[in-house]
Amino acid sequence: MTQAELSDPRQLEPIVEADNGSNWREYFSFSTDHKVIGIQYLVTSFVFYLIGGVLAELVRTELATPQVDFVSRETYNALFTIHATIMIFLWIIPTLTGGFGNFLIPLMIGARDMAFPRLNAIAFWMIPPAGILLLCSFFVGPASAGWTSYPPLSLTVNKAGEAIWIAGVIVLGTSSIMAGLNFVVTILKMRIPSMPIKKMPLFCWAMLATSALQLTATPVLTGAMILLGFDLLVGTAFFNPTGGGDPIVYQHMFWFYSHPAVYIMILPAFGMISEILPVHARKPIFGYLAIAYSSIAISFLGLIVWAHHMFTSGTPDWLRMFFMIATMVIAVPTGIKVFSWVATIWGGKLRLNSAMLFAIGFVSMFVVGGLSGIMVASVPFDIHVHDTYFIVAHLHYVLFGGSVFGIYAGMYHWFPKITGRLLDETWGKIHFALTFFGFNMTFLPMHVLGLQGMNRRVAEYDPKFATINMICTIGSYILAVSTIPFVINAIWSWSKGKIAGDNPWNALTLEWLTTSPPPVENFHIDPVLTTGPYDYGYEEEEEALVS
Amino acid sequence: MKVPSTITALVVGITLTLASLWIGQNHGLMPVSASFEAKKIDDLFNAMMAISAGLFFIVQGAILYSVFFFRRRPGDDTDAAPIEGNVPLEILWTAVPTVIVMWLAVYSFDVYKAVDGGNAIGSNHMAHQHAPTMASMPGSAMAAAMPSGGSLFSNPLAAPPISTGDNAAQEPLVVNVQGLQYAWIMTYPETGIVSGELRLPQNRPVRLNISANDVIHAFWVPEFRLKQDAIPGQETHLSFTPNRIGTYPLICAELCGAYHGGMNTRVIVQSPEEYQAWENSQKTVATKDPVTVAALIHDEAMASQVKAMGFGSDHSVMNHLRHEAISMTEVAQIAQSL
Repeated sequence: MTQAELSDPRQLEPIVEADNGSNWREYFSFSTDHKVIGIQYLVTSFVFYLIGGVLAELVRTELATPQVDFVSRETYNALFTIHATIMIFLWIIPTLTGGFGNFLIPLMIGARDMAFPRLNAIAFWMIPPAGILLLCSFFVGPASAGWTSYPPLSLTVNKAGEAIWIAGVIVLGTSSIMAGLNFVVTILKMRIPSMPIKKMPLFCWAMLATSALQLTATPVLTGAMILLGFDLLVGTAFFNPTGGGDPIVYQHMFWFYSHPAVYIMILPAFGMISEILPVHARKPIFGYLAIAYSSIAISFLGLIVWAHHMFTSGTPDWLRMFFMIATMVIAVPTGIKVFSWVATIWGGKLRLNSAMLFAIGFVSMFVVGGLSGIMVASVPFDIHVHDTYFIVAHLHYVLFGGSVFGIYAGMYHWFPKITGRLLDETWGKIHFALTFFGFNMTFLPMHVLGLQGMNRRVAEYDPKFATINMICTIGSYILAVSTIPFVINAIWSWSKGKIAGDNPWNALTLEWLTTSPPPVENFHIDPVLTTGPYDYGYEEEEEALVS
Repeated sequence: MKVPSTITALVVGITLTLASLWIGQNHGLMPVSASFEAKKIDDLFNAMMAISAGLFFIVQGAILYSVFFFRRRPGDDTDAAPIEGNVPLEILWTAVPTVIVMWLAVYSFDVYKAVDGGNAIGSNHMAHQHAPTMASMPGSAMAAAMPSGGSLFSNPLAAPPISTGDNAAQEPLVVNVQGLQYAWIMTYPETGIVSGELRLPQNRPVRLNISANDVIHAFWVPEFRLKQDAIPGQETHLSFTPNRIGTYPLICAELCGAYHGGMNTRVIVQSPEEYQAWENSQKTVATKDPVTVAALIHDEAMASQVKAMGFGSDHSVMNHLRHEAISMTEVAQIAQSL
């Protein structure tokens, strides 16, 4: 990046005071302001995160002992089914794409709003009813065939709950497609003229890659759900073997979406980490183009690996081998990202605040999930650990150690921009320490459980696994407690926290050029790009040259 | 970027390599290995553990080093030196993982072929296509030609004497494994024996024809490192050679309903002589009366389940399961269809 036009971004700050008198009712209305919608997403999905967390704690409480002694077996199956559904469809996807994507993308590219503000609002307002519907299924006996909902099992238990689950997933999927479409158009068409695509912040690249997946893969899930709904309610036999259907076809359709869904849940977090690390390391991102293109590569490869979830499903050999190699290849672009992040903080001047701790924690934890991911890509090994606690450990290292750590990093980093106030650092660090410790205590031992022979989705297990399970359960309680400092911190800081100012981190991306919180339509003066998004350190270099 | 001196780098590199290799061999994470296939899969896992340990140490080490040595000094509000990339370094960390995963894919493929021994892990769709492949393999001609419906030609005594480990030369023992909510039923087509447990002779290849009655189940024996879904409406297969005498859990690994966690039974690997004795004793007990068969299977399956759950021989638990898990008529129907 050339530095000919380097200037102090602080000189560009608008002088207008932030309009803090915004009406709280706005947040319960059909607002078309992307920032309001972003906050609506963030708060709604966080509430669902807490609900999903309670379900997870109930699951872990049952698993504290080998016997079935806390909830019934039927309830247990419902708990983990709804836990996964909430965490995926109502927490991680809406928070990352809907929440951070909505709030940040227009600000980062200097746009006044998203391309389709009404579509944006509709996409959000589909989520609360779907979530409430899903929770109401507890009154009729919820879906309890796992979030994968494989037929024929899903066609035989709790029909009403399963029907509600299908309806909920279709609505949430549709909302996700709408959001994806909006992001693609916004990012490609609404950047300020001085921002070529190769000067976009990396979060925009990540959201572009994510949206491509939402647009390509989610319709297939919707299709699978509609066919499953027909099998369930009308008695067709698309997937039902008793009528000549093939349950494996469902698995292909389901995973054609649900593997890319993993990337929908992790790519935006990748993007956020690429934003946060350079700001707090005071150093440019290492290998901008490599990180940008690796997002696109992951997005593409993510579409052709789905059958690695089906290595024991009687999949033909050549398919197993193809999907094994394709899956392993994903390790390359992912590795590029991880190495680039490490190189970014190497030699920096790290501000180890809560945002940075969660961002570094993300890299550290994601590496564990990535390594176990390469292992389970290997067909012969996966045949042993498929559907065991090794997989449970792996997926939580990716989706909690990865996505959720990323979300927390983003919350600490952008809370000042969203609310105008800083989160308390002491409580933030306590939050990080408890989360990091609780998370590892819960999920690290699960690798051992799976390798040793504990299958997943069971309410009862061999007593020889009792000790490790007890450790996991205690860890999960610490993890539950770890959210308390964050919730208190967020609520307190929102109204009484330290005033942040427009750019508390001295960051260079465009969202920090406007006021905190940004005004309606984002910028009082149209921003002009004077530096690249990560041009830290050039100022000092230039000064050193001059003197 | 601060580059450590060559000597330090060398020492750190050697230490990391040795530590990773040691971890790869001594992690002790796998249960005992009870089949020839398990050994190969364990070797693969050990290799992956060594590589993963190395990468883990490098990345976490670099992160920890940065956190401790590159933290901002109080009062220093300046930025760090602007380094935007390093092309040789980036090429290196693209090329090295590419080579590693390609090697791993080839190695995994080799292990898979060795374990699979003629596409035995797979579904029925493929079975007829693979029959010629199997027949062309030395020693397995009989296996391919043998019908699965209770042939009496398969007298174990007629099998040629073989050295231990040369399992390709021996005719496989065929067992039909059927999963149902919530039990496993093993049928030995050669002898007509029906059992709730899987008894296998040591060092003789086994071929399982796996099917499901109601929903998808999965046959898993952790000590064999092998798993195969039991899918309603299509038959799947698993071939392996148990090589260690002992009793191992047979676990249903695919969510199959409320009692999924209780759908366990045992695999008993016995010496060929003991196995023969069991087979003979079972033949005399064998009866055509489906209700008796059902009661037998059911009790045996349930008893092992109760035992596996750590209740010992608690009759109240067994009775409870007997009434709750499956109805006797259901078992009788299944037994009749066998």
